[in-house]
Amino acid sequence: MSENFRLDNGGLVNRSKKISFKFNGKKYFGYEGDTLASALIANGVHLVGRSFKYHRPRGFFGAGVDEPYAIVQMNRNNEVDPNVRATEQELFEGLEAKSVNCWPNVDFDIGAINNFLGKFFPAGFYYKTFMWPKSFWHKVYEPIIRKAAGFGAASIKHDKERYEHKYEYCDLLIAGSGPSGLASAYAAALNGAKVILAEDKSRFGGSLLTSEVTIGNQSGQEWSEKIISELKSMSNVIVKNRSQVFGYYDHNMLVMSERISDHLPETEKYTPKQRLWYIRAKEVIISSGSIERPLVFGNNDTPGVMLSSAAKEYLKIYGVLVGKKPLIFTNNDSGYETAIEFKKNGIDPVVLDTRKDPNSEIIKEAKDLNINIKLSYVVVLAKGYKKVSSADIAKISDDKKNISNIVNIKCDCICVSGFWTPTIHLASQSGNKTKFNEEIDAFIPSHSKQNETTLGSANGIFTLEETLKTSFEKGNELSKKITNKENKILVPSVVEKKSSNHDKFWCVPLPKGKNYKRFLDFQNDVAVSDIQLALREGYRSIEHVKRYTTLGMATDQGRTSNLNGLQLVSEIENKVVPQVGHTTFRPPFSPVSIGAIVGREIGKHSKPTRKSPMHYWHEKNNAVFVDAGVWLRPRYYKQGNENLFEASKREAKNVRQNVGVCDVTTLGKIDIKGPDAAELLNRVYTNAWLKLPVGKARYGVMLREDGIVMDDGTTTRISENHYHMTTTTAQAANVLSHLEYYLQLVWPELNVNVVSSTEQWAGAAIAGPKSRDVLQKLFPDLDVSNEGLPFMGYREGNLFGINAKIYRISFSGELAYEVNVESDNGNFMWEKIMEIGKVFNIEPYGTEALSTLRIEMGHVAGSELDGRTIPYDNSLEGLVSKKKDFIGKRSLSKKAYIEPNRQKVVGVIPLDKKTSIPEGSYIVKDSNAKLPNPKLGYISASCWSVEYDNPFSLAIIKDGKNMIGQKLFAMSPLKNKTIPVEIVSSHYVDPKGERVRS
Amino acid sequence: MLYIKCPHCGLRSQNEFSYGGDATVKRPELNKEISDQEWDNFVYLRKSPRGKHLELWQHISGCRQWIKVERDTLTHEIFTTLKSNEEL
Ligand SMILES: [Zn+2]
Repeated sequence: MSENFRLDNGGLVNRSKKISFKFNGKKYFGYEGDTLASALIANGVHLVGRSFKYHRPRGFFGAGVDEPYAIVQMNRNNEVDPNVRATEQELFEGLEAKSVNCWPNVDFDIGAINNFLGKFFPAGFYYKTFMWPKSFWHKVYEPIIRKAAGFGAASIKHDKERYEHKYEYCDLLIAGSGPSGLASAYAAALNGAKVILAEDKSRFGGSLLTSEVTIGNQSGQEWSEKIISELKSMSNVIVKNRSQVFGYYDHNMLVMSERISDHLPETEKYTPKQRLWYIRAKEVIISSGSIERPLVFGNNDTPGVMLSSAAKEYLKIYGVLVGKKPLIFTNNDSGYETAIEFKKNGIDPVVLDTRKDPNSEIIKEAKDLNINIKLSYVVVLAKGYKKVSSADIAKISDDKKNISNIVNIKCDCICVSGFWTPTIHLASQSGNKTKFNEEIDAFIPSHSKQNETTLGSANGIFTLEETLKTSFEKGNELSKKITNKENKILVPSVVEKKSSNHDKFWCVPLPKGKNYKRFLDFQNDVAVSDIQLALREGYRSIEHVKRYTTLGMATDQGRTSNLNGLQLVSEIENKVVPQVGHTTFRPPFSPVSIGAIVGREIGKHSKPTRKSPMHYWHEKNNAVFVDAGVWLRPRYYKQGNENLFEASKREAKNVRQNVGVCDVTTLGKIDIKGPDAAELLNRVYTNAWLKLPVGKARYGVMLREDGIVMDDGTTTRISENHYHMTTTTAQAANVLSHLEYYLQLVWPELNVNVVSSTEQWAGAAIAGPKSRDVLQKLFPDLDVSNEGLPFMGYREGNLFGINAKIYRISFSGELAYEVNVESDNGNFMWEKIMEIGKVFNIEPYGTEALSTLRIEMGHVAGSELDGRTIPYDNSLEGLVSKKKDFIGKRSLSKKAYIEPNRQKVVGVIPLDKKTSIPEGSYIVKDSNAKLPNPKLGYISASCWSVEYDNPFSLAIIKDGKNMIGQKLFAMSPLKNKTIPVEIVSSHYVDPKGERVRS
Repeated sequence: MLYIKCPHCGLRSQNEFSYGGDATVKRPELNKEISDQEWDNFVYLRKSPRGKHLELWQHISGCRQWIKVERDTLTHEIFTTLKSNEEL
């Protein structure tokens, strides 16, 4: 098994650095610069997984992103990473990986029984097989499919790696560093354009690394190294390897994932694992190259059958032989290039060419090297289970319909080449209307929708000379438009071998009476027979065929399977490929980790956290915080072993009996200035505002145009043309936008300015019968008497040398004042209040006590003003002016809004005066009624009344006005509770509002 | 992500803006007698065209100005952007 397939010389790996790694628990060695795939092949390992549906043995098919099979589960630094292509994973010391899609192990896989049950797993088998009986789905089918499906298992642990996002703007983004990418980048860079050159692989150069060409007087590889080092030295160029541009979005926004640390044993400190780049480019050059197409024959999924370009890449880049007895099966000259490489390294290949009489420089070279070439020959069947051991080959007739003279020849790998498919995914994503090019039997980009240009083999140009010429030109032309500078470059001379035309042959006919599986899509196990079946069953649109058979789906996105699938559909349907069309390519081009997409926006970083200037005082005094929008607010201050219920009761009681202080910094504040400020308020609020005197505050309710309450709060007239508006914490941003909307678009004639001042003020609400005493000691010079500072009055004061604004407003229903100072002085103010209030038994109170106080007072808040209620529902109809017009007024006369039995807020008390009513409970007349039990309304807020020491709730119920005194039921199906209740007034405490005016 | 040219600030990414709906809707004048039908049309009825659409956006993380954007709802192409007081 561990036979050595590494050549003594050659390749770009660093042979002085040996690396040990583990695959499926077994230890192997490779070299620095290897991929996991090249290192495994060097060790003779070709069995890496099991196929998705039939669990057939799977080896390597490609050498990079084109790989459909070799998907492994990585274990790196104690983190698992599923769905990794072995052909892309670079080797590092201590790497551990294992196969997926096999159980109990890759050599003995129970799922492989599916292979022998193949006739039960045809196209659409998920749709057909598992539909009946229905009860079997959850218990039997789903668990089995879940266990058998997928490309590995995701970790359920928190990912400790860091992922970053980056935004970048450039003149030209170039995706792919092959000859077309290098030439266009170089030309654009010399013109002074800001260029980003992105290469998916670790090495730059693309096809130049494996092709035998000369540019100027250098080899392709030397030339690419020279260009890259020049580009890297230029300040206007960003050169990135291991970076894949995977998505092309609107307005030339592209997204690239940079794999910074995946090739290292562990991520370095202060370095992310991956970085997602959002790039806005003025122009985009797609130089993503092309991928070799497979040829289709019996058992063409056997390990050891692979793309001839991949075999060449393993030889030239890694110095690794994919086999020692290679069979090369080709319909074009590319197969010969691979054969020549084998021959040069002392291996004798056999070439089967489907063409009758091909002639070119490359073929001549192969002949001169005495390579065994069989013309008009095909592979009929690959033999061998876990690795190719021989092949049935046959002569094919000139019309390609009949095969004869089947013989078996020994081989240990079959390298196939069915010509090349341009990688047009990015162009297609950008909205490019692609067109079919008959000459190369493939789609190429055509009309660009966005500023995008496709060059080189991605555009169907397969000669280096033309690629370089057009790419230098395009790079120059596109950048010149942007920079208005031009540095003409002489296109270097190119020496390359000329190719002859390829044969449009792609699928080997079955011998008479044989039923070999011939695969089109290797990742999804879609065979020729599956497509035939789908078409027989009536599927016509290629999009439907794709979904029914799974052709071209999953992580592979049809990179190797797409065109052969289209060829087959068009053959059966007697159409040409362009009539069938191709399915839509969608981002991402290849899988992107969820971590990279999320970036740093995880946990506490998913939104900003705002803290009041008094936050650290709260923290020191055992506050337990709650999220209020983006703010952190003290929910309660824990004393000893108190729980939330006990603490909030204590705090609320102290407000009713003595005095409490609450941090109200988070309230939204809007500064309103201008000669028409009063007029604006009069149009925005439902009540009258024109006659509010300077130094007075007023409570207001604002509506949306549909009559629904948007927000409430108090606004104070600071001076003639200056108002201070407060909003709820949650609606602050919406209210500001709302005001700006009307000022800018609807009533631009109003001369008013609005600006948020939420962050500029720190606020403390001092509430309770002793609050006046505290205020007097805070502001000894101020007349704080009921006459000097009446309810809804406003004064400015001097708080130990600091300017303060004092509003006599109340949310708790007690005598109360709100003191505002500049944010920087917030903590000073708070400490002074606590110090001075000590003799009056002042205690801080949190949002829970605040809720209790407002609920038992019957003050509506967010849970009633929930975007579904009108003023009447909240008993705010007294604040709705009949005289003037305002935003939303016209809606209030809607039929549903003036119905006499319209819903209204009420108070609710449990009959036993003990059982708390869960918020969200339904109110019903009869708790035993047949379901669905008609509901009268719902509980919007619940508290434990500290005034009466029993539970009290607010509810919004139908005909609430006439329900006072009724005995009903509160039902919570969630909590499985049915509570007999009585409906009372929502104003449970101090219904006349005497305390606030005292 | 769209790239929107704020007439006050220049080209900015979509995530600096918030969407405000059809820009051609005119609010009925204050204190004007209008039918239920007219009012409902203003509050609720919006066209949802496939193609060119003149719409409002607010540059919420920028200059805070409401602007008008003529956009193709199918292709996302933006043809022109206007200040709040400008007409097409
Ligand atoms: Zn702006």
